[in-house]
Amino acid sequence: MTVAIDRATGKRRGDRTPRPGLGRRLKDGYQKHWYAYAMIAPVAVVIGVLVLYPLGYGLYLTLTDANSLNSARTIGVNEIEATYKFVGLDNYADILWGPTAYDRFWSHFIWTIVWTAVCVGLHFFIGLGLALLLNQKLRGRTFYRLILVLPWAVPTFVTVFGWRFMLADEGIINSALDWLHLPTPAWLEDTFWQRFSAIMVNTWCGVPFMMVSLLGGLQSIDNSLYEAAEMDGASAWQQFRYVTLPGLRSVSSTVVLLGIIWTFNQFAVIFLLFGNTAPEAQILVTWAYQLGFGQQPRDFAQSAAYGILLLAILIVFTSFYRRWLNRNEQQLAI
Amino acid sequence: MSTTTVPASAPAEQAGTAPAAPPRKVRARGERGLAGSLVSHGILTVASLIALFPVAWLVYLSLGPDKNDYLHPGRIWSKMTLDNYAFVLQHTNFFDWLKSSLIVSLGTTVIGVMVAATTGYAVSRMRFPGYRKLMWVLLVTQMFPIAVLIVPMYQILSRLQLVDSYLGLILVYCSTAVPYCAWLLKGYFDTIPFEIDEAGRVDGLTPFGTFFRLILPLARPGLAVAGFYSFITAFGEVAFASTFMLSDTKYTFAVGLQSFVSEHDAQRHLMAATAVLVAIPVSAFFYLVQKNLVTGLTAGGTKG
Repeated sequence: MTVAIDRATGKRRGDRTPRPGLGRRLKDGYQKHWYAYAMIAPVAVVIGVLVLYPLGYGLYLTLTDANSLNSARTIGVNEIEATYKFVGLDNYADILWGPTAYDRFWSHFIWTIVWTAVCVGLHFFIGLGLALLLNQKLRGRTFYRLILVLPWAVPTFVTVFGWRFMLADEGIINSALDWLHLPTPAWLEDTFWQRFSAIMVNTWCGVPFMMVSLLGGLQSIDNSLYEAAEMDGASAWQQFRYVTLPGLRSVSSTVVLLGIIWTFNQFAVIFLLFGNTAPEAQILVTWAYQLGFGQQPRDFAQSAAYGILLLAILIVFTSFYRRWLNRNEQQLAI
Repeated sequence: MSTTTVPASAPAEQAGTAPAAPPRKVRARGERGLAGSLVSHGILTVASLIALFPVAWLVYLSLGPDKNDYLHPGRIWSKMTLDNYAFVLQHTNFFDWLKSSLIVSLGTTVIGVMVAATTGYAVSRMRFPGYRKLMWVLLVTQMFPIAVLIVPMYQILSRLQLVDSYLGLILVYCSTAVPYCAWLLKGYFDTIPFEIDEAGRVDGLTPFGTFFRLILPLARPGLAVAGFYSFITAFGEVAFASTFMLSDTKYTFAVGLQSFVSEHDAQRHLMAATAVLVAIPVSAFFYLVQKNLVTGLTAGGTKG
């Protein structure tokens, strides 16, 4: 960690004087930092009202048996009071080791991990490959680049429908496979192929971001490093291994983390590709959504509990990731 | 068609990344032999086709006049027509959806950027007690899965009678847009030299004066990037919009597009036409700003 210098006030953070008493510190802190607090106040208020309050309320809901039949609701002019009751940690216990917990939680959990790992892996390696190709002196490089970011440029909810047309039973993909005398899987019905097509579509959507970020990283590597490596007789592979990869480290650790978070939370692709038709292909996020809004009665409490569990998984993962990066003396770029 | 090669293309591209065996003859760096060039062009062309095809296919299908034409693409060629577009513009809620999408996305953008600007500056320049906690909160809120907030938000908004209203959806989007913009703007403010602040302070400006009169005008590109990103995110959001917008005149595009395919009827030709109409301006907008987007995203806060 570099020494953080508050250049605006010329104060150094490194050397500390003995701490005065609490009241004194609060007063000093207020006098010295009141404008900082005034500046972060708007965001603090927004986060408090729009994130922390709903989060706390959601936590409370997970401790109840709330669903759409016993929640407060308005039908016409009649207001019906909420009648759900406090059940403690029953929801979590039920999700994690209740009867059929495997089908309801653990199978989705495993699929979510596989989905995240495979998607981010494909995003990263395809993105890296394309970035390396685009980083050469090549005719028509800008043109390729413009076309290759297209999947990112078009909103996901549009492209997923394009894929649905293509993957439909008699769609273009199966027609082409049939024409080549290859087997024509039921992309949107069979569980394995549902998962396969979800990963395929998500890979298609996610590669451009990786490609463009890594290309930015490649272009920021100092050219003289390659010259030096060449002088020392490094082969192309050695240059890649010992100059390019280390040079990309800070960008790639950031984009991989972002990619993992986004893929883990990816809602649109699976939801729009399958709707409610494919319980086996739902990752945890879409499954939680389905519990809360895709069925009757809506199971608010369980859905919220899934949400909290998901957030817990992500937070634990991110702290480990950061610690692991810190141990390798890397700074995360976010 | 080449689309089926998506999963298979990964190893091929990796192989292509390491240029062919070290050449004996003297050659300037960055130059490859003819074979190397051909391989690069070949892989890039295939990749471009894969990237282009689903979108091009959607455009092609949108020209077919019948709802089952997507199963018989060959027939479209002979009876291509723009009727779908005319129908969508005249007889569907297209303009209602356009209005909702714009209200919600622009609302989110404006609120997000305005609220986040001072905070981005504060966390970029000042170290105050609670700084690390605030940064941690900003980071964590960005990884909230929608499943965490959607249920409590739904309950809270329905109690406040804000379900099915633009304001409700804007508020929900702000819960992600505001922390995100603050983070992005911090990255941008970090690139503005501290000396400017110091000069301002020496000349007698207050911290607020420095921010509003010196830094904010310099940070216009950063503000624009944060705004673009909020806009694009809000525009493409599916989960909250599908849940909170109930009347079909208030649908955003992400919801309206789904409404073409119901259990009873699937008007795929109209859906394709609407999709194309939505995609064209959004992608054009994206191409205008994409270069800034990426630098903003990754170069974001490299200085920790």
